[in-house]
Amino acid sequence: MKTKFLAATFGVLMGTTATAALAGTLDDVKNKGFVQCGVSQGLPGFSQPDSAGNWAGLDVDFCRSIASAIFNDPTKVKFTPLSAKERFTALQSGEIDVLSRNTTWTMSRDTKMGKFAGVMYYDGQGFMVRKSLGITSAKQLGGASVCTNTGTTTELNLADWFRSNKLDYKVVSFEKSEEVVKAYDAGRCDVLTTDASGLYAERLKLTKPDEHIVLPEIISKEPLGPMVRQGDDAWFNVVKWTYFALLNAEEMGVTKANAEETLAKTENPDIKRFLGKDGSFGVDIGLTNAWAFQIVKNMGNYGELFEKNIGTTSPLKISRGVNALWTKGGLQYAPPVR
Amino acid sequence: MATKSDGPLDAAPRVVWYNDPLWRGRFFQALTLLAVIAVAWTIVHNTAVNLERRNIAQGFGFLSTTAGFDVAQAAIDFPKDASYGRAILVGLVNTVIVAVSGVIFATIFGFLVGIGRLSHNFVISRLATAYVELLRNIPLLLQIFFWYFAVLGVLPAPRQSLEPIGGWVFINNRGLYLPEFHFGAFAGWGIVGGLVFGLVVSWVIRRWARIRQAETGAQFPSGWVSLGLIAGLPLALFAASGFDLSLVAPRKSTFNLAGGIQVIPELIALVLALSTYTASFIAEVVRAGILAVSHGQTEAARSLGLSHGHTLRLVVIPQAMRVIIPPLTNQYLNLTKNSSLAVAIAYPDLVSVGGIVLNQSGQAIEVIVIWMAIYLGTSVATALIMNVYNQRMAIVER
Amino acid sequence: MSDVTTSTAFVRSVLTEAKAPPKSIVGPWAWARGHLFGSVFDALLTAFGLFLIGWMVWQVLDFAVLRAVWSAENGEACRPEGVGACWPYVGAYWKQFVYGRYPEPERWRATLVFLIFAATLIPLAIPKLPHKRLNALAFFVGMPIASFFLLAGGVFGLEPVETTLWGGLLVTLIVSVVGIVCSLPLGILLALGRRSKLPIIRMICIVTIEFWRGVPLITVLFMASNMLPLFMPAGMEVDKLLRALIGVAIFTSAYLAETIRGGLQAIPKGQYEGAMALGLGYWQMMGLIVMPQALKMVIPGIVNSFISLFKDTTLVLIVSIFDLLGMIQASLADPLWISPVTGKTGYLVAAIVFWVFCFGMSRYSQWMERRLATGHKR
Repeated sequence: MKTKFLAATFGVLMGTTATAALAGTLDDVKNKGFVQCGVSQGLPGFSQPDSAGNWAGLDVDFCRSIASAIFNDPTKVKFTPLSAKERFTALQSGEIDVLSRNTTWTMSRDTKMGKFAGVMYYDGQGFMVRKSLGITSAKQLGGASVCTNTGTTTELNLADWFRSNKLDYKVVSFEKSEEVVKAYDAGRCDVLTTDASGLYAERLKLTKPDEHIVLPEIISKEPLGPMVRQGDDAWFNVVKWTYFALLNAEEMGVTKANAEETLAKTENPDIKRFLGKDGSFGVDIGLTNAWAFQIVKNMGNYGELFEKNIGTTSPLKISRGVNALWTKGGLQYAPPVR
Repeated sequence: MATKSDGPLDAAPRVVWYNDPLWRGRFFQALTLLAVIAVAWTIVHNTAVNLERRNIAQGFGFLSTTAGFDVAQAAIDFPKDASYGRAILVGLVNTVIVAVSGVIFATIFGFLVGIGRLSHNFVISRLATAYVELLRNIPLLLQIFFWYFAVLGVLPAPRQSLEPIGGWVFINNRGLYLPEFHFGAFAGWGIVGGLVFGLVVSWVIRRWARIRQAETGAQFPSGWVSLGLIAGLPLALFAASGFDLSLVAPRKSTFNLAGGIQVIPELIALVLALSTYTASFIAEVVRAGILAVSHGQTEAARSLGLSHGHTLRLVVIPQAMRVIIPPLTNQYLNLTKNSSLAVAIAYPDLVSVGGIVLNQSGQAIEVIVIWMAIYLGTSVATALIMNVYNQRMAIVER
Repeated sequence: MSDVTTSTAFVRSVLTEAKAPPKSIVGPWAWARGHLFGSVFDALLTAFGLFLIGWMVWQVLDFAVLRAVWSAENGEACRPEGVGACWPYVGAYWKQFVYGRYPEPERWRATLVFLIFAATLIPLAIPKLPHKRLNALAFFVGMPIASFFLLAGGVFGLEPVETTLWGGLLVTLIVSVVGIVCSLPLGILLALGRRSKLPIIRMICIVTIEFWRGVPLITVLFMASNMLPLFMPAGMEVDKLLRALIGVAIFTSAYLAETIRGGLQAIPKGQYEGAMALGLGYWQMMGLIVMPQALKMVIPGIVNSFISLFKDTTLVLIVSIFDLLGMIQASLADPLWISPVTGKTGYLVAAIVFWVFCFGMSRYSQWMERRLATGHKR
């Protein structure tokens, strides 16, 4: 429960207490009528507001999927833009219900900061350079100036990688990602490094995106996923199975366009269970049985979200790669609805 | 208290003890003290509880842990396995570099503009006024961004470096590259020794010249002699070593220039922004200081037969300086504190390196304590020096 | 007298023609000689100055007007080489610059806050208008409370709006106004405490003032955003904007305390003695006699503090609160409007907005200073 009170500090200021009622986020969300979702402050393809303040991106659409599962209304989400530094405190304090902000799943974060509900995007740290340099491999980067973000694992990975490859480099580390991009664009550095998905996203913020390439080397494992508070299994289940529902829908071939038709016509027992014609899987996790149908009808499946936001048809032009379904040689795999 | 007088008029005022100002004062002081202690205790207690809950260790032990990140500019050695403490030290040195060079440039610009505002040349005085009004009314952070991106935007890429002294000095958007100087042992010590010796001797000569002038009125060109000593001695010794100096020029490599001394663009932009911004305040200080010297002083000096230069040097400037110096030091302190905005453009000063340490180690309290202690120490030390100076310079009250 | 004149050998019988006034004193040419071309060096300086002015005016004019792009659907038109300012980008984003991400249908509330602010501040700033006391009460107490409820919502059927959505000029204004409004009482107390005769209270106030004046604002903001949550009882979360506001208010109060102390020191001793002779207690003396005079005297100082606070609000972007400059920076990441000139345009807008506000205020403060320079000065 989130209660607000007026801190009487000269009568103008606001304090928000979160009486850390850790259990019952689902009930809480149902009561207040919307999902409070923590996203990044602006990363094209993942979460980026436009000039009217409307958010778009994969991380954003995931939150909308949760809202679709609960309310059958993807608009019942409120977004809280968070910096890398603030994200975990915001989750722990109850300021947000779910953190969907390209956050790397690591052991310490999964055991101390919260719980990861899945991997929305398998990522790794990469490098971007100007095409004109004629570089094809990161191993040729000896002596380069590298722009990076502070407060992330990126700058540590960077130092480790260059040292283990016995290469020299000069680091220029900024507090904010926009500044990193601007400095790189202005020619301050030869190399921009961050998560590979981030590189594709940041490339859009450059004046001439086509003059830059992402090098093939990936120097770390960065599985990015949504995160919830610890000790709230009901809510954890909802978030986790929203993610699985997106994957299952893709595997079963249920899309935004054919969802209604499939629901009416299908004879496939798997799909019947999934869309809520059989059994009471939705009710069991505190939702309606049509929960997965609502997700797909409102938002589409994982593949559709991927294509729309970051896929080859989007400005980011990222191919599915390891993020393809397991049936297509990728890593995305969801347990069955049974 | 007990008085023997019996007249009611001289009797000590009898008040109930709780209306006695002395006791009241003590009571309220005790109350305030208690309140302060209570607040402090609550904060310390809450912090301890919170730290325990978040699994954050306390104390400065983390300073010896390996940092694992790199910094863009390290004036002192920063090896790969250096500790957090070393990183903060690097930041501190970088802050000193910015502050010192900022103060030097700000003083030069500030005095130029301040004198310019008083110029009888209409264009120059208006230009100086416009400078002051424009710069001090725009946030410094914005000016830092402006200079940074202006510097980056104007300068060419490393491969098209400008070479003002072909092959030795390079300017590009990675900064200014100067050759490294390596003096031979004799030349190096000769220059340092000559400089020190020259300074000492010229101080002695100046003293002697002053005393002689006071006694006999004869003048001695001590300025020229000192200049000759201070500049000449090291040069002579350097020549005696056979100009034993080797220069290592920066050389072009795949990406950047390697070798040589690199002045990174962040430093250039920061010093430019800080010094031009602070100069607009110093200009006002200088103007006020010169205007504070009454016109009568100049007229009296001229009527005594002092030349224009002497009037300025012996009458106007010493009096103006008395007014100028206290606010000027304040501006220097402001500049030093403002240099913490380096964090916005990735210049690794105390605050931005500290910020990285804070993020990586999670030791927020310790890092902030270090920051505050250093800045506070600088301010307090300056304030103490200023107090001594003010006491010495104060006009003797008649 | 008359006999003296008679002894004169020669008296001119006809008046000579009046000579023309000396050339060097009047007329535009003489002025130019005195102020522009007095010497060769002077002439050179003048030429240099004129060149500099011309060059700068041309640069700005060329960028902001001549080469500027005036209408476009997206950043495409601003991307070619050699284009000037990208004004359509400002057109698309100006609402965010003013309101931040405050929800569209609720923006009238922010507009209302701007209006209330102007309606209470402007009469307060014009010395001729009556009811100053009531007006000050409205500005320092009524306006903040009304604005808070209007913006935060949650009462009177207003939709609640989280502070993370507040931004732009709105936040710049909030931070600076709250900073000054909260720090004024705090600053007065600190100033009084510093001049108190009670040693412990004096010590506490001196240490507090000198501590906050000795550290850079940015470390104070870092402290407010990182350490304040640790100071609070477990489980209590302080809003991010509130944290920054607390930091700014404490920081400013130390500077204001010194400004006010200057005013207190300028009050002649006779005023204190007179008040005491009338039998007024400490608070009566301060509240009725000393403070009204001291505060009136330091109005320019308070306005100057407000100006530097207004400029310093930009620092909150470093702790990721989106003030005007922060909002402009955030908008630069929109791929739709990316171009080589978008950043320059955005910063130009920020510079103009800040300059207009600060210059206006500093002019006001100078005017007040001249107006008030009558009181106790000699």
